[in-house]
Amino acid sequence: MIRLVYILLIVLSFPVLADTHIVCSDCHIGKVSNAVDMSERGDTIIIKSGVYTESLIEIDKPLTIIGENFPKIKAKNGEKIFHIIGDSVTITGLEFMEVTRSFTEDRAAINIQGGDYISIINNRFTNTFFGIYIAKSIGTKVIDNRLISNNRIEMNSANAIHAWSSKKLTVENNYVEGHRDGLYFEFCDNSIIKNNHSYRNLRYGLHFMFSDNNKYKNNIFEENGAGVAVMYSHHIEMYKNQFLNNWGQSSYGLLLKEIKDSKIHYNLFKGNTKGIYGESAIRINIFHNDFVQNGWAMQMMGSSEQDTISHNNFIQNTFNVSTNQNAKNYNIYEKNYWSDYNGYDLDKDGIGDVPHRPVKFFSQVLGYTPEAIILLRSFFIELLNFIENIVPVLTPENLKDLQPMVKQIDNDTVSKHI
Amino acid sequence: MLKILKYSFYDLLRSKWTLIYFLFFLLITQGLLYITGDEAKTIVGLLNVVVILCPLIATVFGTVNFYNSREFTELLLAQPLKRRDIFIGQYLGMTLSLSIGYFLGVLIPFVIHSITYTVDYSVLSILLFVGVFLTFIFSALSFLISLITDNKIKGFGLSILTWLLLALVYDGMQLFLLSMLDNYPLEKISLVMTFLNPIDLSRVMLMLKLDMSALLGYTGAVFNKFFGSSFGYAISLSALLIWTVIPVYFINRISMKKDF
Repeated sequence: MIRLVYILLIVLSFPVLADTHIVCSDCHIGKVSNAVDMSERGDTIIIKSGVYTESLIEIDKPLTIIGENFPKIKAKNGEKIFHIIGDSVTITGLEFMEVTRSFTEDRAAINIQGGDYISIINNRFTNTFFGIYIAKSIGTKVIDNRLISNNRIEMNSANAIHAWSSKKLTVENNYVEGHRDGLYFEFCDNSIIKNNHSYRNLRYGLHFMFSDNNKYKNNIFEENGAGVAVMYSHHIEMYKNQFLNNWGQSSYGLLLKEIKDSKIHYNLFKGNTKGIYGESAIRINIFHNDFVQNGWAMQMMGSSEQDTISHNNFIQNTFNVSTNQNAKNYNIYEKNYWSDYNGYDLDKDGIGDVPHRPVKFFSQVLGYTPEAIILLRSFFIELLNFIENIVPVLTPENLKDLQPMVKQIDNDTVSKHI
Repeated sequence: MLKILKYSFYDLLRSKWTLIYFLFFLLITQGLLYITGDEAKTIVGLLNVVVILCPLIATVFGTVNFYNSREFTELLLAQPLKRRDIFIGQYLGMTLSLSIGYFLGVLIPFVIHSITYTVDYSVLSILLFVGVFLTFIFSALSFLISLITDNKIKGFGLSILTWLLLALVYDGMQLFLLSMLDNYPLEKISLVMTFLNPIDLSRVMLMLKLDMSALLGYTGAVFNKFFGSSFGYAISLSALLIWTVIPVYFINRISMKKDF
């Protein structure tokens, strides 16, 4: 009996047997790579604060690597630092630096190649080429990281968080700045991307392709070179994101190209050259969003069909909706609030009695002659807009909101708090 | 010259038209500020009022004033005074009274507004300057036209026509031209065309401060690059100045030779 208890105790204490290795400059172990080499499955490595110059550390077993007071790991020769091929690796509390650019390989501070259930939590990345590079991974979590680079040229820079051919990723609470693309997903399905802040990246704040069934919640995409562009995906859900101040010649708050069966709800689009640009965006519900002070709130090309645009606020945009069709419209616009609506509501049911036509004559003209933008707000143009509003010639006759709201809708986006 | 300026200035102040003009702008600005509660929106609302109405009022007022004070002018001509002093003095007296009416009418509500809110004076100052410039330009144009044509009706018609041409028809022509030639790079042409019309120029100067995000679209960037730079602004301001100086120069020249 007692023997049995002993055996039980031994069996139960196995996890405790996992070793802890401490790395510091004057410890027994002075290098992270040595600690990784000598540790067994499930061991913990604690890195004391200091500066370590290392690269090409390959991890092929479950490990927990913890930094105390953000020890700095500088890439030796600018090469990639961690190369993870094993599963269940946790990396937390480190600061990665000086991974230099390469035109022949995708150098990243943390490079995950096939390892599943990796956790990368609360790290800092300063001027790393790629920050976190995830390939062929399932269930990986990237949480609370700060990735800051000071790139100037798009060609010479790389993505902050780059994921390829992965599933069930969680990307949460990260701050990315100054990379080529802030968040990049290609062939990544069933993932959750939330509470991230993507700021001043050279190309896109968020960029994904062929990535289905993903959820994007509470993210902020701000002042990125070309805004946010998402392509060739379906069943996307975007809730409560903010698309702010994406200014520029080809900059979009949110560019939808071949996006199907998706939901875009409760987002805020503010101060963008183009709020939403839709090309072959099909069966998309755009509900309860706030479009505030954009150049064009929405630009829906003729290839976008069966979209429903409802309960949105369009406030002080230079143009609310524009399209390149002038014959027929295949999308539904209903129950939106348009700040330039000048109808009336005699029966006081909160819905305007006169339909609103959000497409203006002048925005159609600009489609043909962009240079005419110099006539914006000219008295003559206002006159033409007025005439077109009464007798539509250039604008699709059936593109109208039959039930425009008279009062601004309380969409509970963050716009109230700004 | 100063004395004549002073007389025609006081004459207009007494006639209460300047006061009405001042009250009009005061009311409109105060009303817009009250309804929108936001200075940026107010300036957007004022944009078309200023750009269209300032030239119109200056045109009408300039013509009417010139023909009405013709007897006074003839009386002055009999005195040992320089013709330049008489006409430029009258012109300046009228323009200044209108400009002051406009300037204060718009400024005072904003100053009151700034007690409780912060006001961005950079856009406001452009609005004020542009309005004053337009008043100067269009009263000079109408003065010049009235000086050339002795017939009241004809002079009035010509002045209004000039206003109509620059405020409305010009933009139509520009749009027509741009859409006819849309296979060619047109940024430079439209830039030049804008400079040739003081109303368009004023509108663009203001608009670039207001509709930044739309203008930063594909083509807008060219305009924004030009007008957004301080160099572009200096050029725009000097263009407005030239627009003021040229009619005044012709007023001076024609008044020298004209036989009354």
